[in-house]
Amino acid sequence: MSRPFKEVLTSGEFVVTSEIGPPKGTNIDKMLHHIELLKDKVHGMNVTDNQSSVMRLSSLAVCHIIKDHGGEPILQMTCRDRNRMALQSDLLSAYVLGVRNVLCLTGDHISLGDHKGAKQVFDLDSVQLIAAAKNLEQGQDLGGNKLDGSVEFCVGATATPEADNMDSQLLKFRKKIKTGAEFFQTQAVYDMSMLKSFMEHTQQSNTKILAGILVLVSAGMAKYLNANVAGVTVPQELIDEIAGAEKGKALQKGMEIAARQIKQIKDENICPGVHIMAIGKEEIVPEILEMAGI
Amino acid sequence: MIIAEQKPIQEIKAMIASYQKILVVGCGTCVTVCMAGGEKEVGIIATSLRMALRLDGKKPEITEDCIQRQCEWEFVDALKDRISKVDAILSSACGVGVQALAERFPDKPVYPALNTTFMGMPEKHGLWIETCRGCGSCELGRFGGICPIARCSKGLLNGPCGGSQDGKCEVSKEMDCGWQLIYGRLKTLNQLDQVEEILPPKDWSTDRDKGQRRILREDVYYEQTV
Amino acid sequence: MAEFEPKLIAFCCINCPSSSVTVCESMGMSIPTNVEVVRVPCTGRVDILHLLKAIESGADGVYVAGCSDGNCQFTDGNVKANRRIERVKKLLDEIGVGGQRVEMYRMSAAMGPRFAEVAREMTERVRGLGPSPLRR
Repeated sequence: MSRPFKEVLTSGEFVVTSEIGPPKGTNIDKMLHHIELLKDKVHGMNVTDNQSSVMRLSSLAVCHIIKDHGGEPILQMTCRDRNRMALQSDLLSAYVLGVRNVLCLTGDHISLGDHKGAKQVFDLDSVQLIAAAKNLEQGQDLGGNKLDGSVEFCVGATATPEADNMDSQLLKFRKKIKTGAEFFQTQAVYDMSMLKSFMEHTQQSNTKILAGILVLVSAGMAKYLNANVAGVTVPQELIDEIAGAEKGKALQKGMEIAARQIKQIKDENICPGVHIMAIGKEEIVPEILEMAGI
Repeated sequence: MIIAEQKPIQEIKAMIASYQKILVVGCGTCVTVCMAGGEKEVGIIATSLRMALRLDGKKPEITEDCIQRQCEWEFVDALKDRISKVDAILSSACGVGVQALAERFPDKPVYPALNTTFMGMPEKHGLWIETCRGCGSCELGRFGGICPIARCSKGLLNGPCGGSQDGKCEVSKEMDCGWQLIYGRLKTLNQLDQVEEILPPKDWSTDRDKGQRRILREDVYYEQTV
Repeated sequence: MAEFEPKLIAFCCINCPSSSVTVCESMGMSIPTNVEVVRVPCTGRVDILHLLKAIESGADGVYVAGCSDGNCQFTDGNVKANRRIERVKKLLDEIGVGGQRVEMYRMSAAMGPRFAEVAREMTERVRGLGPSPLRR
């Protein structure tokens, strides 16, 4: 059985989380395989919430499945698809289903996904969603009504260490901490010096920052990230390194890079943990951890 | 002002194809200024429709008119005689004008020639941008005169999302990140402390969420319908 | 059946292109008789409605002859005309008449033969398209 994530966060040991991507459809075989592979290797498994605005099996349902399989789920919740009624209702539901961790995100814009004509919500923003969760913990909803039975969550949020608009990002980061975010899982970071300078902004708080490690699978992916994903910059030397890999060995090289960075983060004590994203290739995560000596 | 743009001719044609006598009515206010439905555009729409319908073997009688404002009864009423002589009305006003004609002329079918799109202004000649959402409780004072509801594509109140890069929005590299604009302006004004405060969820009841909105001003209100 | 002779309207700036007409004539070159030339003070004066009305009234093709790049006496009348031509092309495609029936040409005063050439070029293009569907 897994330990509560909150306990791991405060234990002082190096924290490792990873991600489970719900399928588009009801065939959960591959996902169950990933859950089985990861549940004893990581301290928490994030379940993405209609990631990239692509409609999929719900995060809440998958969190429940992870719980059933003895893993520790982290419920990702975006503000894109639900208003404050639905968000709070889902938070209550998560609690009664045994989910104890929630990551509050803004969510990608609806136009980036596969239902471009849908009406997006954004009734709350990520700061207000954190506040809503904290409010439920106090036994109150956003309408000011008293709850019959409250919740207790370990509430997390996101940050972007390589953002080019760091000043305004930090404005929001401060608000998330002030509202009560207990941990952060960051957007992918590739430049360790940028991660270090970002960490300087976090010293005054007790919140735990888990550095986002997005495993590169090809030089093409690195170039795509640089061109299309805000706040992610893969340095040229890493692109060269992966481009220089033998034919068919690009993924192996990407795993090596990820393992090397995890090891550096741990050895140099840059961050108290990492969040590993392998986007559909979760089976490689245990090997990366082994390579990193974790 | 209200910004609109013309519908494709084929879409307009499909709406009015079954009528013989059609009056195209423009509006001399917002849609004239945004070059979508004023006197000149009425001419373009009418001429285009005549040609398109002729290609279908039809010879409709399409006449043209343009009034100062389609959103005020005194101007709309002046159309009475002309409208009595036609089978249908094609309005190139905003949705307000189309509905005013529909209400005033209950026995005539009315169709829209435009898509009414937003409240905004020309940023350049020929480029219009949305700047107000009409949410019903203006917060511009807090945000340095730049609206996060209208100009952040997610309407975020507490700061930018992670999709902002190079001052642009994740939705499009053509679109400014509203929050970068706000941050930049407040920095210039030395008023960044104004956005340090954590804002609670917005009260949307002044927006569309209490049904059709109305404002009643006792000081100017008369029982009589204008 | 006699070969189809397209009816064309040319909106022509009184500066460069009109001089070019004069040069043409002085060189003894004929302007095709199927082209009716409408002189305008600047092609910037040519409106979308002028072009549409010409087609609606039965022209098989319409073109605008403006001054060469950078030579508009009113700075950018020729550039504006060009953009309007693009809009009219789109509209005519939407309507079903076909945008190829309109075109923008640029020429300098010294290019006498060019005017006659353009008239023939446009005549050939429209001949290939056949009579305006509005006249059929």
